[in-house]
Amino acid sequence: MTTMTDPPGQGFRLSQLIYDTRYRSLTIQVVAMVLLMLLFSWLVSNTIHNLQNLGKDFDFGFLTQPSGYDINQRLIEYNSQMTHGRAALVGILNTILVAFLGCALATVLGVVAGVLRLSNNWLVSRLMSVYVEGFRNVPLLLWIVLIFALMTESTPAPRAFRGDDATASMLFDAIAVTNRGVYTPAIHFGTPFFANGFFNWLVVILVLGASLYAIRRLHHWATERQEATGDRPTTWYFTLGLLILPTAILMVLMSAYLNLPELKGFNFGGGIHLRNSLIALWLALSLYTGAFIAEIVRGGILAVSKGQTEAAYALGLRPSTTMNLVILPQALRVIIPPLISQFLNLTKNSSLAIAVGYMDVRSTLGGITINQTGRELEGMLLLGLFYLVLSLLISGAMNIYNASVKLKER
Amino acid sequence: MSEVHAQTVAYVRDTMLDQREPPLSQSGAYKWIHENLLSSWVNVVLTVASLWVIWAVLSHVVPWAALGIWSADSLAQCREIRDQIYGADASVACWAVIGERWNQLLFGFYPTELYWRPILAFVLFLVAIAPVLFASLPRKMLWFTLAAPFVLFWLIWGGAIWTPIVVALGFVIGWAVVTFAGPAIGALGGVVLAIVAPLLYWLLVAGPLADALATVLPIGLEPVKSNEIGGFMLATIIGVSGIILSLPLGIVLALGRQSDLFLINKCSVIFIEVIRGVPLIVWLFTASLLLNYFLPPGTNFDLMLRVIIMVTLFSSAYIAEVVRGGLAALPKGQYEAADALGLDYWKSMRLIILPQALKISIPGIVNTFIGLFKDTTLVVFIGLLDPIGLSNAIRASTQWNGIYWELFVFIGLCFFVFCFSMGRYSLFLEKKLRREHR
Amino acid sequence: MKKTVILGALTVAGLAAGAASAGTLDDVKARGKLNCGVSTGLTGFSAPDANGVWQGFDVAVCRAVAAAVLGDPMAVDFVPTTGQTRFTALASGEIDLLARNTTWTFSRDVDLKFEFVGVNYYDGQGFMVPKELGVSSAKELDGATVCIQTGTTTELNLADFFRVNNISYEPVPIETNAEAQQQYLAGACDVYTTDASGLAATRASFEAPGDHVILPEIISKEPLGPLVRHGDNEWGDIARWTLNALIAAEEYGVTSANIAELSAAPGNNPEINRLLGTEGELGAMLGLEADWAKKAIMANGNYGEVFEKTIGENTPIGLSRGLNAQWTEGGLLYSPPFR
Repeated sequence: MTTMTDPPGQGFRLSQLIYDTRYRSLTIQVVAMVLLMLLFSWLVSNTIHNLQNLGKDFDFGFLTQPSGYDINQRLIEYNSQMTHGRAALVGILNTILVAFLGCALATVLGVVAGVLRLSNNWLVSRLMSVYVEGFRNVPLLLWIVLIFALMTESTPAPRAFRGDDATASMLFDAIAVTNRGVYTPAIHFGTPFFANGFFNWLVVILVLGASLYAIRRLHHWATERQEATGDRPTTWYFTLGLLILPTAILMVLMSAYLNLPELKGFNFGGGIHLRNSLIALWLALSLYTGAFIAEIVRGGILAVSKGQTEAAYALGLRPSTTMNLVILPQALRVIIPPLISQFLNLTKNSSLAIAVGYMDVRSTLGGITINQTGRELEGMLLLGLFYLVLSLLISGAMNIYNASVKLKER
Repeated sequence: MSEVHAQTVAYVRDTMLDQREPPLSQSGAYKWIHENLLSSWVNVVLTVASLWVIWAVLSHVVPWAALGIWSADSLAQCREIRDQIYGADASVACWAVIGERWNQLLFGFYPTELYWRPILAFVLFLVAIAPVLFASLPRKMLWFTLAAPFVLFWLIWGGAIWTPIVVALGFVIGWAVVTFAGPAIGALGGVVLAIVAPLLYWLLVAGPLADALATVLPIGLEPVKSNEIGGFMLATIIGVSGIILSLPLGIVLALGRQSDLFLINKCSVIFIEVIRGVPLIVWLFTASLLLNYFLPPGTNFDLMLRVIIMVTLFSSAYIAEVVRGGLAALPKGQYEAADALGLDYWKSMRLIILPQALKISIPGIVNTFIGLFKDTTLVVFIGLLDPIGLSNAIRASTQWNGIYWELFVFIGLCFFVFCFSMGRYSLFLEKKLRREHR
Repeated sequence: MKKTVILGALTVAGLAAGAASAGTLDDVKARGKLNCGVSTGLTGFSAPDANGVWQGFDVAVCRAVAAAVLGDPMAVDFVPTTGQTRFTALASGEIDLLARNTTWTFSRDVDLKFEFVGVNYYDGQGFMVPKELGVSSAKELDGATVCIQTGTTTELNLADFFRVNNISYEPVPIETNAEAQQQYLAGACDVYTTDASGLAATRASFEAPGDHVILPEIISKEPLGPLVRHGDNEWGDIARWTLNALIAAEEYGVTSANIAELSAAPGNNPEINRLLGTEGELGAMLGLEADWAKKAIMANGNYGEVFEKTIGENTPIGLSRGLNAQWTEGGLLYSPPFR
């Protein structure tokens, strides 16, 4: 400190660290930092000690060992001889799948229920209130369990489809609704381009995407024409053709055919099997979150003042145009921020999948793997990290969208 | 008047017509039905669809529930009674399980003769929370609110009366340090001392003091262990203590997130985002599987306390966001006014900003509480006997093995009643606040 | 501020607990209670009754150990554990003894660092199917949907069985037995697989038990037994020999009816005398009182009595002794000599 006394007049005194507002914030931060570091090192040293006492180590090697258990729903190839890491990956994909499906359906349900709750039909609005209050005020876990049980109780078992005196039959001879899930036809390729099915679908999606882009360009062109000449060229048959033809040609080239589910042995075989655990979890998550979204949507619509609607009518806009161009854009600004947190909640709530035996990442990595290997510290760490990253990604993406619809103040 | 008119202008009507009934289409039930149910063909379709849904649900549920059997010792007996009365293929509820086990679902394994304690604790809790929730009550009641946590703890867990008193004394010491020593050594020093002194007291003095007092004057209630607490009582305790304990931490985090101090700000943000980014169930597993790793070797305290700690940390992140909303909703003028008065940061927060921000935040806090209360059902996954966990345990007894819906319906209804009334309260408060702010 | 009180209280609690972790026996004696981990609910093995008192076959082991150590079979704090939390609860010292139908496996014993003190129930994984399916062997289950409880060895056995026999199946993992039961009854799975004892208990609760058959194949060995932590051999010995005392008592014909008479004075069977503490110093060797085994047996009766009371043929569960008969009667129960 003695070297610091050189500047004339006001020298730096130690007490300034506390009493001078210029330095005080620095002092506080340093103290906080030190305390935080102490806390962390204390926790870490405890952990090391405890691990030593238990004779355990901190090692992610278990991820490369064979898992030994089977998973029913797998979006990538997997069997019980593959590794724990692979099992975790299967779980991760399942989590993402149900979260994605859930967010989509919850939004639809929420918007419908929110609008219907404002309906002037007394019965409908009351019914929607019952739905919203019923789902908001009962724990999600209970709903998941109840919906799962309800679905198994109310749909026929595959054996009901069997024999001459079958008590159940397939819809259009193509879709079978059973209490093990829904079996729908699948599209298979007779002469696929690639041996790996995934790449074939990638091609289909790419072609479809290109079609959609072309349609967008077409509409753009039509609008420009309309602005230039006042006439809008008729485009609907182009649109239709662009939408269907390229994909259809591709399908013919790969000789696509429908693989219908049929009763084989104990179960239906063929087709796509949407398991009950997925459907129940999906429905429960969507209905539960939908109830919250309904309230958000209702609030958002009510927040747009009536004068806006009246002004739009005065301009001669039709009700549908009014909704699309005037009400919704304004309501969206109110709706989106809370909607993001609902999406996040839904994603996190998908970790309750174990209640219906849906093999999400919590059930594979955070459940069976931890249980079989005894690696709870490593497993939980990975699990926490995964959810954290997923949450950050979702909120990041949604925030970008939010910024794009936000009121641009000039 | 009428006579004059009658003679001069013959065609003017001199008496009022009797008011006529409005036409049938514009009155009474007909009008109501027409306007509210059948105004357009879309509405007709919606009405019919709704009626169908209502019928489909009620026709299944009502007979099942209403014809339910209330007196039986086991599921097998229930089935016998059903066979006698309704025939073997009738589907009726067996409510007898609720009749026999309702007390377990509500209180867990709390000793029956001591039920008055949690009930009294619940009533006292309502009394304590009332002045916070309803502004019209006398402010003096807040003193009881401050004392309530200790009283409630003592009532529920029992044990010597000295333990909560001795612990409470720590707060008194902290308060005394701030009030009396604070002016002498400066505000910051006062705050630091006010944290350090009680901590030292709790660590070194409190335990022996409580023991000594308990041996000298053994006053107390019969102690009840945490593992005897279950059912809705467990859910309520975890929910309530989680929210109340997380309030101070949540406020600190919210202030930290608003702070200009880079490090403090970043730490708060990271803490909040990490907690909110990971599902509660993972945190609960952390509490149950990992917390012991992080604490000194040999440390061991019961699962319920670990869960409460984890839930407190969890909800503090959510409370922080609610409080941050409250802080953001305050007009900037309030901050500037506080600065203009020359108040320092803590004083302006304590006297001007926080009282207003917290008042705005109460509905949000109540909503967080509802969410947390519902989420306490997740403790079933770590083996605590909350209502759902108890329903599993009840089904494992030989008498009730195989019963399913009745328990879930009962649990769901209880949750609904509780959460719905809380939700109504928070709605009422929101409306009131909106009125006051106009 | 209130945060700090919790931390403060915790540290106090932590120090108090940390100071006393010398040996499990001393801890239990100091506490006056045995912390025993049981299942959150498994019919016949552990479940609370209407008064909140835990009952069952596994529970009886806890009570016997408590009686042996503390002299009071009711001096047990039951800690309900799930399939996932049970090992951590034991490893962390939250419980002193885990009696939760846990299969004795190599990795649990060696890798997870536990010590199984014996086997109180020899079980094996079996299959239950509805009679109408007409299945008579598990090998005919190709393509079947199978309900399993997660978090157990069952999953691994199942995967192995189907892989080895080269048949396919669709696993439906279920969290609790109650759910599995409901799914199975509704026909959402063709087969329910779990330990044979569990299958019997489940079938007994059905409205029409006769409509379901338990297939003859037992695809795994499931020796279920109580376990303690590695490293505290004195405590392990107490648990082991308490279990053995129950088994030996049945072998020697010591029952709760005649134990008072037999233990009043040394009789002419030296083995019984040593067991009941009227001869020799076995109790002192364990660090317990001389009549420790008598108390343990008095708690719920000998092994056979416990079996009959909780899961035996006269209970709704109706399990026969099978492998769990004494070795003298063709079973596997074989207590080492009390000498």
